[in-house]
Amino acid sequence: MTEIFEMGIADIRSGIADGDFTAKEVAETFIARVSAAKSLNAFLVETPEHALAAAEATDKAKAAGETLGKMAGVPIGMKDLFCTQSVPTTAASLILEGFTPQYESTVSANLFKAGAGMLGKLNMDQFAMGSSNETSAFGNVISPWRRNDGGNSYLTPGGSSGGSATVVSGRIAPAATGTDTGGSIRQPAAFTGITGFKPTYGRCSRWGTIAFASSLDQAGPMAHDVRDCAIMLEAMAGFDAKDSTSLNLPVPDWEAALNSNLAGKKIGIPKEYRVENMPAAIDALWQQGIEMLKDAGATIVDVSLPHTKYALPAYYIIAPAEASSNLSRYDGVRYGLRDLPDGAGLQDMYAATREAGFGPEVKRRIMIGTYVLSAGYYDAYYTQAQKVRTLISQDFDKAWNSCDLLLTPTAPSAAFGLGEKMDDPLAMYLNDVFTVPSSLAGLPAISVPGGLDGKGLPLGLQIIGKALDEQSVFNAGLAIEERAGFVAKPEQWW
Amino acid sequence: MSIDKETVKKIASLSRIAITEAEADAFVPELNQILGWVEQLGEVDCSKVEPMTAVIPNKLRLREDVVTDGEIRDKILANAPIAEHGFFAVPKVIE
Repeated sequence: MTEIFEMGIADIRSGIADGDFTAKEVAETFIARVSAAKSLNAFLVETPEHALAAAEATDKAKAAGETLGKMAGVPIGMKDLFCTQSVPTTAASLILEGFTPQYESTVSANLFKAGAGMLGKLNMDQFAMGSSNETSAFGNVISPWRRNDGGNSYLTPGGSSGGSATVVSGRIAPAATGTDTGGSIRQPAAFTGITGFKPTYGRCSRWGTIAFASSLDQAGPMAHDVRDCAIMLEAMAGFDAKDSTSLNLPVPDWEAALNSNLAGKKIGIPKEYRVENMPAAIDALWQQGIEMLKDAGATIVDVSLPHTKYALPAYYIIAPAEASSNLSRYDGVRYGLRDLPDGAGLQDMYAATREAGFGPEVKRRIMIGTYVLSAGYYDAYYTQAQKVRTLISQDFDKAWNSCDLLLTPTAPSAAFGLGEKMDDPLAMYLNDVFTVPSSLAGLPAISVPGGLDGKGLPLGLQIIGKALDEQSVFNAGLAIEERAGFVAKPEQWW
Repeated sequence: MSIDKETVKKIASLSRIAITEAEADAFVPELNQILGWVEQLGEVDCSKVEPMTAVIPNKLRLREDVVTDGEIRDKILANAPIAEHGFFAVPKVIE
């Protein structure tokens, strides 16, 4: 039998159902994996008691012959952006150090209701602002992957859901939650050889998820494969009256309808995604992806998304603008850090608290956001960016006249070394070139591992679908998964 | 347009983030680089385009005008850096 720690959600579910092992054994296995992986710095808080309590409840329910939930007995990692009742939550920022939510986010509550347990809270880029997990106030997360050149230098797991990517790819947790604002689920999934899914904007409630850019933020699963992502997203998603942008629609049974036969489907290849200086390995992988989808019965068509080059600059106006507004709540009054210099008044307290609590990238984005929203510049920057966003969304609508899905690479490179890009914010921003456009348009998208580059590092392929058509995205992802035969795993060195 | 050190200080003040002279100096080229890059959006003719308001068509819902929450004062104050007599406490704001 496969070792328990190598299993994903579906395997754990059937193993428990068949009585091969108990949920308690599963929880104990992964709790031990978490303890042994401290050097990767993936967890900010460990909650073994939570995982064990959920496992006990699952074992009891099974003994009583009750129907088990979709995630019963699966201990997951929880990105520290989700508020978890009585468990410290910081979004990897000093400004929230010591904050213990008195309530449970809707997404985590949904997962617990479905039977999942929690192994702990996962490190991430501070307030989800970053693409390499290097903006965390609590240290970098280290990827389990290493280049095959023998250098053994530490690599980024990607970001902002870097802790999630590290624990799933290192088989330290069978699955983890992520959030995606401009690619924060898909890029780390691609960098670590796992599968990550960003649903249509509004599928998952944002209630209790610490806000970065509210018109873009979406939660989603990060897991071993497409099936596990489908199971977990079903548990996470659903209407929530507490989120005004939550979609009041039933959650489809995506897992039951998985079907990798793509006969009749048209897949668009957007020519604008052929960016300059793209590594040959990624171009080659993209070609292989095209062949795999053809083999699954799909027809390939060329499409154009003419405003693609403007997506990143529009994103880096819109996201900081929303962040500057959302993060105004950190004032040293209601929760988190307070820095009150001797004799200081209220305004000085705000400024000192925010100076001490926010990291450099967070400050940079608040400053940019404040500037583009300030009197005299609002129309030139913010309104113009929102108009360009409309054009980007219309590009996708037009593409859907000739195709059902789009195939692109997930990221323009494989994982890079920690420290390699931190001194150039702009170079870091460009990492999201393939993921940001679909975020701006609110569309569902998946990253599935496609292969390895010459240095032995994973590369991902992205499928983008129409709004609410998660099923087709899952199905095309499955078609790639079945054909790519991606079985590479990082060797355990930590 | 390019921003100078005075503008950086003003943005920091609007953002309620204290910055040192050295930080202000460092922000000038950094913000100029990023803002210079986003200015390419000006090339796009948007004269006939409405700004995006919702990516997925969705109407804001109304609900019954009734109390749905409350009686949780202690929970609300539980994370306050300083709470006194059932209130958030701040430095004196009125002399």
